[in-house]
Amino acid sequence: MLDFLSQPAGFDIGETGLLIYDASQPLWRALIVGLGNTLRVSLPALLLASLIGLLVALGRTSQSNLWRRLSTFYVDTVRNIPVLLQLLMWYFLLVEWLPDSNQALQLLPGIWLSKGGLAFPWPVNDPVSSEWVWSWPAQDTFNVLGGAAVTPEYLSLALTLSIYTGAFLAEVIRGGIEAVPASLMEAAETLGATRLQQIRLVLLPQAWRTIVPAATNQYLNLIKNSSLAVAVGYPDLVSVSNTSINQTGRAVECLLVMMAIYLSLSLTTAALMNWFNARQALKGQS
Amino acid sequence: MRRHHLFSLCLAILASSVAPAAVAGKTLDAVKQRGQILCGVSTGVAGFSAADAKGRWHGLDVDVCRALAAAVLGDADKVSFVPLNSQQRFTGLQSGQVDVLSRNTSWTLTRDASLGLSFTAITYFDGQGFMLPKKLKVTSAKQLKNAQVCVQSGTTSEKNLTDFSRANKLAIKPVVFESFEASFKAFFAGRCQAYSTDASGLASVRNKEAPNPNDYVILPELISKEPMGPAVRRGDDEWFAIVKWTVFALQEAEEMGLTQANVDSLKTSSDPAIQRMLGTGEDMGKLLGLDKLWAYRAIKAVGNYGEVFERNVGAQSAVKLPRGANRLWTQGGLIYAPPIR
Repeated sequence: MLDFLSQPAGFDIGETGLLIYDASQPLWRALIVGLGNTLRVSLPALLLASLIGLLVALGRTSQSNLWRRLSTFYVDTVRNIPVLLQLLMWYFLLVEWLPDSNQALQLLPGIWLSKGGLAFPWPVNDPVSSEWVWSWPAQDTFNVLGGAAVTPEYLSLALTLSIYTGAFLAEVIRGGIEAVPASLMEAAETLGATRLQQIRLVLLPQAWRTIVPAATNQYLNLIKNSSLAVAVGYPDLVSVSNTSINQTGRAVECLLVMMAIYLSLSLTTAALMNWFNARQALKGQS
Repeated sequence: MRRHHLFSLCLAILASSVAPAAVAGKTLDAVKQRGQILCGVSTGVAGFSAADAKGRWHGLDVDVCRALAAAVLGDADKVSFVPLNSQQRFTGLQSGQVDVLSRNTSWTLTRDASLGLSFTAITYFDGQGFMLPKKLKVTSAKQLKNAQVCVQSGTTSEKNLTDFSRANKLAIKPVVFESFEASFKAFFAGRCQAYSTDASGLASVRNKEAPNPNDYVILPELISKEPMGPAVRRGDDEWFAIVKWTVFALQEAEEMGLTQANVDSLKTSSDPAIQRMLGTGEDMGKLLGLDKLWAYRAIKAVGNYGEVFERNVGAQSAVKLPRGANRLWTQGGLIYAPPIR
């Protein structure tokens, strides 16, 4: 049933990340590239979303009125606008505002920004001397060539996923912090613990237990939301599968493959988070 | 043992979902019973199938369905249009969601032989081309080395682009969008140096969607053959013949000089060929499972092929496509209908 996966794919993929791919390779390689693109956008977005979530949660629980209001505004706005709209907004803002790719803007030496994306230097293996050398991007007729580049599709998707999931994570983390009784912190203070020690030894170990299970949900949502990539033309797993469906006509098979991949991706993430959660859990209470 | 049962259950579900849906009864009977033809169209390609502000569908592909409804059900408005995107279209037809897929779809071997459908006839001879901003001063597609090209997913365009890029060693980078709208919006925003789809689509996008059509140029070279026409589910020969001959009747009508305006007055014609077409002589409809007046009603409803073309995509329309290869064979084009006799 899945023998068609070994046919040559016959279509190109706009960005392949670190993987090497061309149209003559089998279909399953194309799907791997799609999966690679999904991970390439999801993992940095997970980190960035966690960072945003932490900062905003600190703002939400801060003593300062201004910080509290700003972070509340952020959470309320971002959480209540559909993520697809946010994605399209960021994408079209980026492609409208950025300079044309035949007139890219050099931000720093070797870092070019344009409608073609963000190009930066990248080490490559020189085919002649087989040594690792830096490849520097430079302006060509239509595009910036050389080095490595991420496209506006990638940038807008990573940005949207981070900002959107960040707002949810902020609430999860705030909930975790507020679930720790204030009296425990006061008790620690009475015992002479510094503010840092209170956070490290009293607040965090207890807050983790509330945060991790709920954060797992948000992480899984982020990975699954990355499939919105098709809307802005980022070649993630869904986009590559859609193309495969059309070239081969094997809709049900391709959908099953896609579901199996997402399922294993989500189960792996959940397993990692559960392992982390188990390590943080109270010993003797299971 | 239990695990084994579960496994075979899964397999059974899989097998039933993969096998083409069996359609209860013949399509013609289903259509007559329903009193309506379900016609799969695009989500909006001006000139071919697009809904206007009032929700009424217009276009060359749409008129094919109207003609079909007139021929089969006696009323050109007994059609329900089902917009399908590039990815939904084949499953939509296979699963019986639509009776006929009349939606700028290219006839290729893979599609005709492996997707459980059959293409009936060609209503538009097209080819894939490129549109670029004039200011790039590109005159040939072969100059597109390392260029980024916006294209819609689920189309033959995507694959043709790859073939063209590989054959000419151009290393073109496709930027693939799911929706037609997103693909040309990104192009007009400047995300890609070129936009590629069928030449008819390019003209439609340039004249209807571009902020300023004169800023964009469509390259004269075409990189593929894209014959488009209505497709039906495989395995219903009767319905296949009806759709095919309705298209041929419109094309034959142009060749014979029958128009929407003159079909009534020509009913008294003594020319046996015209009599056969208009149902005043030999009964041709019976052979298709229809009545005598099927072709008359189709022509009366939408006009002959030339009229359908001019009204929707011709020089007088918003899309302004040249008739080109879609002229009759007698005028140096490729439109050639087998004789109705």
